Amino acid sequence: MLNGELLYKGSEEEPFADFIKMAYKNLETDYSKFFKMDSLSKLAFLGADVLLKHENVVPEMEENIALVFSNNASSLDTDRKYQKSIEDNDNFYPSPAVFVYTLPNICMGEISIKHKLYSENSFFIFENFNPDYLYAYSAGLIEENKAEKVLCGWVNVDKEEYTAFLYLVTKEKTEIPHTIKEINSRY
Amino acid sequence: MHKIYLSYNNIVSSFGFNSNDAVTKIKDEITSLKLVNNKALMPESFYSSLVDKEKLEKEFASLNSKNKYTTLEKMMILSLSKVISASKTKITERTGLIISTTKGNIDALEVNSTHNEDKAYLSELGKAVKTHFGFLKEPLVLSNACVSGVLATSIAKRLIKQDLFDSVFIVSGDLVTKFTVSGFNSFQALSNEPCKPYSKNRTGINIGEVAASILVTKDISNLAPEAVEILGDGTANDANHISGPSRTGEGLFRSVNSALKEAKILASDIDYISAHGTATIFNDEMEAIAFDRLQMNKTPLNSLKGYFGHTLGASGLLETIIGMHSMHKNILFASLGFDEIGVSKTINVIKNSAAKNLTIFLKTASGFGGCNTAAIFKKVKH
Repeated sequence: MLNGELLYKGSEEEPFADFIKMAYKNLETDYSKFFKMDSLSKLAFLGADVLLKHENVVPEMEENIALVFSNNASSLDTDRKYQKSIEDNDNFYPSPAVFVYTLPNICMGEISIKHKLYSENSFFIFENFNPDYLYAYSAGLIEENKAEKVLCGWVNVDKEEYTAFLYLVTKEKTEIPHTIKEINSRY
Repeated sequence: MHKIYLSYNNIVSSFGFNSNDAVTKIKDEITSLKLVNNKALMPESFYSSLVDKEKLEKEFASLNSKNKYTTLEKMMILSLSKVISASKTKITERTGLIISTTKGNIDALEVNSTHNEDKAYLSELGKAVKTHFGFLKEPLVLSNACVSGVLATSIAKRLIKQDLFDSVFIVSGDLVTKFTVSGFNSFQALSNEPCKPYSKNRTGINIGEVAASILVTKDISNLAPEAVEILGDGTANDANHISGPSRTGEGLFRSVNSALKEAKILASDIDYISAHGTATIFNDEMEAIAFDRLQMNKTPLNSLKGYFGHTLGASGLLETIIGMHSMHKNILFASLGFDEIGVSKTINVIKNSAAKNLTIFLKTASGFGGCNTAAIFKKVKH
């Protein structure tokens, strides 16, 4: 969904891998590096891509858009996969291509590379969605001129459950005020 | 606008269970890196700095806690308990808690772990620390690769400025686990000797473990003797590669400029740089390029990785704390392991510990995901 409008709907039974692949095709994202990413990065990347494209963000502008992401499961989805590859000394095959994704902030790196964002990044982990911290932190980044805009939200992948909720905070006033109440009502 | 300070602090490391245990050894240029033979961590022996678990158990027992904690939780709780008691802070609604870690209790995923697999959720680690001390607000767990420890001080400052808290305790830590050792080894980044940051013959990183804690506060009336004011800080992404440092040092360059701008000082006002210096070929070269672009070629600089190895999510805070003590003692600590310059730009690596009047230092860190963080700290005149 983008601003309340449905962009793509997967089927309920579909595994995450199929859903994200179809969503990628449907949303006409053309980025070969996408297929190397882990699930968390794919989800965050696609969510951010839809939103930033809608806002006419182009890499040439090098806009100062900070990224403030959060979730519950950190990179555990990939951590479990990596742990399996090293558990057994007789069947030991650690891969750097998997290991690099065992950090939640990698997804922000992927977004930064695509959209040329040389900006503030931080990844927070909470038990549940926590708008208080997201609000205070993004408001601070804008007030202190550390960012012109903040792409903010919750991106979580855990086993077969996944959620992405992203919103853009801007310096200029829009019809939606940046308040904890508004964030909560949209989550 | 209130000034914000870093104050009481603690380091739990293989040197001991207080900041001073580590600072004393560093002053004498003594490393804690040792050859480790532990098949459960890696088939071959490797250099690392590990916290003595028997001593940890003994020290932790003095806290009289009845709960079952993981090793990392014990290190973190022990470290933070010392900061809370030294600062005599009463925990209220206005007291925040930040946990800085990359992998937390990742060892809970191991088949032989005596802990529930759910312990690997970082929010569970946050909950254990929160509950132990009776913090009232949900902790903010920061997991932002190797910049986490420095970025945590920046976040604490920003949350205090936003009036969410009057003071924030940060506790940082990561363990040396099979997970991290095998991972860095798969990148062929591990050195088979004590690391040599910025040296011509550097051979990669060592991984180490510590827990480090600090109080960030706006209350000037009760500061530790080594307290510093946070003058400015900034984070910037390289927008270049997820696992390789930028060839132009772009993110590091930008993060230092962001911090300088906020601090309203010039690069030439910095007396000392506590840099990241992991001792990989590409990281150290990237830093040299960034410092050259910043015209900081003459500013004395060290990497503390030669004393502890790379302590991941704790390293930035650990090194900030050592920097505070360095400034308090007016001593530049040697960049241990450095011999002959091995980067393409001129930088002033500190060869031997030396006395120097210090007022302002810069701390930097860079990590996977292309992130870079810089923070500038000024001595508090008592």
